[in-house]
Amino acid sequence: MKNTINKMSMTFPSRSSNEGFARSAAAAFIAQLDPTVDELSDIKTAVSEAVTNCIVHAYKERVGDITLTVEIGEDNMVEISVRDKGCGIEDIKKACEPMFTTGGQERSGMGFTIMESFMDSMKVRSAPGKGTTVKMRKRISVRGMFR
Amino acid sequence: MTVSYNEDRGKLLIELFGELGHHEAIDAMDNIAALYECISPIELILDMSGITFMDSSGIAVVMRTKRLCDNDGIAMAVRNAPKQALKVLSAAGITRLVSFI
Ligand SMILES: Nc1ncnc2c1ncn2[C@@H]1O[C@H](COP(=O)(O)OP(=O)(O)OP(=O)(O)O)[C@@H](O)[C@H]1O
Ligand SMILES: [Mg+2]
Repeated sequence: MKNTINKMSMTFPSRSSNEGFARSAAAAFIAQLDPTVDELSDIKTAVSEAVTNCIVHAYKERVGDITLTVEIGEDNMVEISVRDKGCGIEDIKKACEPMFTTGGQERSGMGFTIMESFMDSMKVRSAPGKGTTVKMRKRISVRGMFR
Repeated sequence: MTVSYNEDRGKLLIELFGELGHHEAIDAMDNIAALYECISPIELILDMSGITFMDSSGIAVVMRTKRLCDNDGIAMAVRNAPKQALKVLSAAGITRLVSFI
């Protein structure tokens, strides 16, 4: 992101017990922009989707590193990136279609659809065997002194 | 995540409390399936008022519960889903497939 004002980055193992920590850490960092409750829960939801995908898909039978980066830019723009070095995605377009899943009964294939609709934009970069990076942006509304 | 239940003349009420992500979903589903099997209800209500956060992992929990009930021709409804959970369920079109009260 151009003109980054603030930034945090953390790397943690792909254990499901870290999901709650990752989404809460992103939310706590963004709190400095004074987001609404709804904006904050949209971001938490999107982070949860991206991190869960690393845990259940990227590192299916093993534990690997997940890097979550949150940047704050001009005009209250937030950019979140979730990166893994797991199995990668063969066909990104197909993976992003609603209800497409390789995860069986425990999954519904709606993660990317939720990330897209809860954030302003989403971009997926992936290479089979190398890993996946999901980048999402959302502009936090600027609120006046009196609400 | 805590799952609690109440049964009244075959009507099974299951209440979920806490966060429902992938980490919690497998246990939640196992508990729901075990309760279903044990009670063989004539009607099931999934109360979500205690859910403080939910992601797509929760969609699968709702849909699998719905499928359990559909297989036996039993009525199932989701009750009191909080705003955030409802937004996730609506984005996935679940509000059109399951009855919400
Ligand atoms: N980080 C990743 N690494 C490898 N494959 C991925 C990754 N993220 C997503 N995928 C692939 O894209 C598909 C769609 O992902 P999406 O999050 O939309 O649905 P899902 O995870 O299968 O189900 P849900 O998110 O509803 O539980 C996955 O089933 C998987 O095949
Ligand atoms: Mg997913």
